[in-house]
Amino acid sequence: MLDFYDIDSALSEEERAVRDSVRRFVDERVLPVIGDAYVQGRFPKELIPEMGELGVFGANLPEEYGCAGLNNVQYGLIMQELERGDSGVRSFASVQGALAMYPIYAFGSEAQKRRWLPPMAKGEVIGCFGLTEPDYGSNPSGMITMAREQSDGSWVLNGSKMWITNGSTANIAIVWAKTNGDASDRSIRGFIVPTDSAGFKAKDQKGKLSLRASDTSELSFQDVRLEADAILPGSGGLKSPLMCLTQARYGISWGALGAAMACFEEALEYSKTRVMFDRPIGGYQIQQVRLAEMLTEIVKGQLVSLHLGRLKDAGTFTPQQVSLAKRNNVNIATEIAREARRLLGANGILAEYGAMRHMANLESVYTYEGTHDVHSLILGQAVTGLNAFK
Amino acid sequence: MGAPAVKIAVCIKRTPDSESRFRIASSGVAIDEAGLKFDIDDFAGYAVEAALQINEKGGGGETVVVAVGPDSVQESLRKAMSMGADRAVQLKVDSVPADGLAVAKALAAELKDGGYDLILFGKHAFDTSAGVVGTATAELLGLPCVTAVSQLDVASGRGSARRELEGAAELVEFPLPAVVTIDEGVARPRYPSLKGIMAAKKKPLESKPAQLGAVRVSVQKAELPPERPAGRIIGEGASAVPELVRLLQSEAKVL
Ligand SMILES: Cc1cc2nc3c(=O)[nH]c(=O)nc-3n(C[C@H](O)[C@H](O)[C@H](O)COP(=O)(O)OP(=O)(O)OC[C@H]3O[C@@H](n4cnc5c(N)ncnc54)[C@H](O)[C@@H]3O)c2cc1C
Repeated sequence: MLDFYDIDSALSEEERAVRDSVRRFVDERVLPVIGDAYVQGRFPKELIPEMGELGVFGANLPEEYGCAGLNNVQYGLIMQELERGDSGVRSFASVQGALAMYPIYAFGSEAQKRRWLPPMAKGEVIGCFGLTEPDYGSNPSGMITMAREQSDGSWVLNGSKMWITNGSTANIAIVWAKTNGDASDRSIRGFIVPTDSAGFKAKDQKGKLSLRASDTSELSFQDVRLEADAILPGSGGLKSPLMCLTQARYGISWGALGAAMACFEEALEYSKTRVMFDRPIGGYQIQQVRLAEMLTEIVKGQLVSLHLGRLKDAGTFTPQQVSLAKRNNVNIATEIAREARRLLGANGILAEYGAMRHMANLESVYTYEGTHDVHSLILGQAVTGLNAFK
Repeated sequence: MGAPAVKIAVCIKRTPDSESRFRIASSGVAIDEAGLKFDIDDFAGYAVEAALQINEKGGGGETVVVAVGPDSVQESLRKAMSMGADRAVQLKVDSVPADGLAVAKALAAELKDGGYDLILFGKHAFDTSAGVVGTATAELLGLPCVTAVSQLDVASGRGSARRELEGAAELVEFPLPAVVTIDEGVARPRYPSLKGIMAAKKKPLESKPAQLGAVRVSVQKAELPPERPAGRIIGEGASAVPELVRLLQSEAKVL
C-alpha cells in the first residue's frame, strides 16, 4: 500500500500493528470471496466468527465488556482496511459496533452491557440499528414508530423501519421509537428488540445495485411486546441516535478512504501493465493526471481523518467536524472509484476488479449516515448560525 | 490429557519485507534501510506459530521469544507476544553482525540456564540466507538439532519432526531438550488479534546487552542482482507458438 506522505510515521506501533492485522485478514479472507458475494448479492456471513475473533466489533469499547479497548485511530484504521475490502463488510462492522454495541454501551444499564456486549464483540449476537422509516429519511425526528408503556412496565411497539443494514441477520435490533403517544422528538427512546419477538418481521430489500454484499432489510413491528428491561434507560430524545451516528460517521470517514485506496492501487497497477499504442497507459499524461488527483485527495483525506481521530481521543471533537470528514472523504472516494473504473477501460466493469464494485457501493455510503447534502447543511449551519434544513 | 507443558524459546530475527525494492546503502556493504518495512522473518514467524500451537495443544507451558538486535527489534518481539508468546528477551546490540556464530554465542549464553525443552529458529533468515545461527546454537549448547522441519510434535519428553526432502520426506525422533529449525509448512502464522496487540503491551520484555562472540565474518561488498533485460512479446495466441519455440531454441538456447 503506497504511503506517499509517510503517514505511518504519525501512527504508533500499536496503531500500525492493528492496521496490519486487519489488512492481512482482508487480503486473505475478504478479497478472495468478495467479488462473487457481491454478484450473488449476499453478505459473506462465514466471515463473522473470524471478524469476532480478530476483535473488530466495537473495538474502541472497553475490555471489561469483552471488547478490544482500542483508541479511535486504531478503530478508524480497522474501518479503512475493512472497506478496502468492501463497503458492505465495513458496514456490517460499523453497524455492529457503532450503531448496536455503542448505544448499549452509552445508554444501557450495567446489566444490559454485561449481557449483550461480550457476545456481540465475538460476533455471536448480531445487532442492527433501526432509525430510518419509509417516510422519514433525512428527517428522522418525524418518525412515527411508537412504543407504549403498559401498566406492568412492559412496552408495546408498533411501526416500521426501512433500509436497515443487517436487519435480516440480526438477533437484536436497536429500535428508535417515540413513546407514549408523544409526537415530539424529545420522546424518542432506544429499545433492544429481540428479532424473534412475536410481531417482529424483517424482509430483505431486493433489487439493490449498490452494497450488494450487505443485508439491507425492512423491519415491521406489530404489537411487539417488550420486557421492561428492553428500554435503554440512558437514551432520551433524537440526540441519542444522533450520537450513535456520529460514532459511525467517524468510522465511515476512514472507511471511504479504504475504498479509495483500493481503487487507486488497482488503477496504478493497471496503468503500469496495460500497454496501448506501444506504451503502458500510465505513461500518458491523462492517466497521470488521474492518478495524481486520486493520490492527492487520498492523502488529504487521511490527514483529515487522522487528526479527527486524535481530537476524538482527546475528547474534544464535534459532530460538525465529523460531518466535514464524512462528507469530504466519501465524496472524494466516489470520484476516485469512478476515475479508477474509467482508467481500467472495459476491464473496469468486471466484478473481477474492485473499481466498479466500490463505485456502486460508495453511492450508498454517500447517501446513508446523513446524505452528502445533509452534511453540507450541517456545515453551513455551523459556520453561519443559520438553519437551512427547513 | 494433552501433552505435558513444555517451555519453548523461539529465536526470531527482524528482516525487511522480501517484496521491497532494495537499494544498496552508501556504505556499500548493506542494503539501505530507509523506507523499508521490517517484520519477523518469515521462517521465524512459522517457528513462533509452531511453538504457540504446541503449547496450546499441551494446555500450558511457556513460549519465550528471544532476539538479538537493536531497539527496533522490540517491535517484532511485541508482535510475537501479540500472537500469543508469553514474554520476550532482547539481547541488545547496535547492529546484528554478519557472523552467525557470534550471534549464536549470545543466544547460547542466554538460553543455557533457561530450562528450555525446545529451542526453535527459522531455518534461515531471508536477509542473509546463511542458516548458521540455529545449528551453531545447538552445537554450543550441546543439544540435538533437527533442521528445516515442516511438522513438529512433542510428547513425553521426546520430539518428532517431519522434514521435506527433494521428492521425499523424512520422519525423525529426538529427545528433549533440542534445537529445531523450522521450514514453512508447519502452519501459517496467525495474525495477531486486536486484543492480543493490546495485551502484548503489558507482557514482560526484558532487554539486556548481548554477549556476542568474536565477529570474524563481515560483508565486504553488497550488490543488487543485475537488471533483468526487458521481456519481449512475440505475439498472442496459438499462432505465436512456432516463433516462440524457434527463439527459445536459437536465441535463448533453453530447448
Ligand atoms: C444501503 C443502505 C443502508 C442503510 N442502512 C441503514 C441502517 O442500518 N439504519 C437506518 O436507520 N438507516 C439506514 N439507511 C437509511 C439512510 O440513512 C437514509 O437513506 C438516509 O438518511 C437518506 O434518507 P432517504 O433515503 O429517505 O432520502 P431523503 O431524505 O428522502 O432524501 C432525498 C434527497 O433529498 C435530499 N434532501 C433531504 N433533505 C434535504 C434538505 N433539507 N435540503 C436539501 N436536500 C435535502 C437528500 O440529500 C437526498 O438527495 C440505509 C440506506 C442505505 C441506502
